[in-house]
Amino acid sequence: MTRFSAISLIAKALNGHKDWPEQWPDAAPKPAYDAIIVGGGGHGLGAAYYLAKKYGITKVAVLEKGWIGGGNTGRNTTIIRSNYLYDESAHLYDHAVKLWDGLSQELNYNTMYSKRGVMMLAHNVHDIQSFKRHIHANRLNGVDNEWLTPEEAKAYCPPLNISPDARYPVLGAALQRRGGTARHDTVAWGYARAAAALGVDVIQNCAVTGINRGPDGAVTGVETTRGSIACKRIGVSAAGNTSVIMQMAGLDFPLESYPLQALVSEPVKPIFPCVVMSNTVHAYMSQSDKGELVIGAGTDQYVSYSQRGALHIVEHTLAAICEIFPIFRRMRMLRTWGGIVDVTPDRSPILGKTPVQGLYVNCGWGTGGFKATPGAGDLLAYTMAKDEPHPINAPFNLDRFRNGRLIDEAAAAAVAH
Amino acid sequence: MILIHCPYCDEDRPEIEFAYGGEAHIARPLDPSAMSDAEWERYLFIRNNPRGRHHERWRHSHGCGRFFNAVRDTVTDKFETTYKAGEPRK
Repeated sequence: MTRFSAISLIAKALNGHKDWPEQWPDAAPKPAYDAIIVGGGGHGLGAAYYLAKKYGITKVAVLEKGWIGGGNTGRNTTIIRSNYLYDESAHLYDHAVKLWDGLSQELNYNTMYSKRGVMMLAHNVHDIQSFKRHIHANRLNGVDNEWLTPEEAKAYCPPLNISPDARYPVLGAALQRRGGTARHDTVAWGYARAAAALGVDVIQNCAVTGINRGPDGAVTGVETTRGSIACKRIGVSAAGNTSVIMQMAGLDFPLESYPLQALVSEPVKPIFPCVVMSNTVHAYMSQSDKGELVIGAGTDQYVSYSQRGALHIVEHTLAAICEIFPIFRRMRMLRTWGGIVDVTPDRSPILGKTPVQGLYVNCGWGTGGFKATPGAGDLLAYTMAKDEPHPINAPFNLDRFRNGRLIDEAAAAAVAH
Repeated sequence: MILIHCPYCDEDRPEIEFAYGGEAHIARPLDPSAMSDAEWERYLFIRNNPRGRHHERWRHSHGCGRFFNAVRDTVTDKFETTYKAGEPRK
């Protein structure tokens, strides 16, 4: 692996950027591994990287049915924040935010993590009370979050319309300054490159078609479109397709998969300095470093694996965006797309062991998994290496749907992320 | 936007007239106090979530207001059939 540095960039630039080597090899599957990760998104690649880096398990394969960065990792709106209400969630998401810090240096790959701040708008009395409760809960958990008046919100984000005549007037906002954005593709690429450098095989175009189990019920390997592979440990990090993979091991999961859409505008000069979300009017937006306004829409109402959503969902979101930011009314939208998100009944993820020995799962991140990428990877690796969950992910077990200890996280409301 | 056939109105109408009602044919427990935690988990939380044929409930909320069942392919989103509530699983 060629390390990136100012010197290597200058040297290659002088040569017209002609002789960059491939960032990581396009590996073919071997007959056996110590551990297999199903799903080559950011979470799965992160898990493979941390298995190799922290726990010395380097005979690892990441199986991706498509191409690296082509699933939800490349389809989300790249928002990072950790202002969740409950202790369990705050610790889980803040663990990830702490790992985002320094991730570019660790991977030697620029993930473009930008702490530009995530501002959530309050439009009514209930919002104000709820956000202030969140702010206090966050601060007790060591997560930064502060209250802004409408004028302070306007100063932080000038395109905001704070006129009292608006249909949904802005009455204040909660701001997490450590929140922000990162470039999602580079997160997958950075983890893939760093993991491959430690010996992990990153295998594309390799869909899992079955999970093999021994007489004692423990996993013995997987069947794939590129042949059988033996292994003792399988970590499933397959987002919207988790139910399908789990059925292969005979497990029914408390998940439903929905299409979630996002869209970008034509690129414009820097105008939007932070992330703004409004749960009440169902809109959120940021501006990418390419200049596009990145807008998250809602989920469709029905279960689907189609990776596309309906236009009326997008229309609903754009109506809200035009109301809060009248300045953008004449912007043209460039692209829309959909990804399939796996939603749990309590809107909190499932990260831990399963009833099948050797089968581990990281799923249920719903509409907001990108922000957790490094944390989820790290915790899945820990759980697989030690065969027990880390204290941070222990509450996010599968048993909670049986014993009733749900983590009913309102901050994970199904739209804004 | 998809078109949905309401079996009561006998018309193809746009999706925005309808509300999705989740997986179909999940029977309400007859004797709730006798159910184990595992049975409650299955009733409340476990869903088929198949990649392919999915039985689901819809309500024609901006039409006749009635619930009906549908079979839809979750990969193509194409409806195979819709049928009235109370009719056997198709």
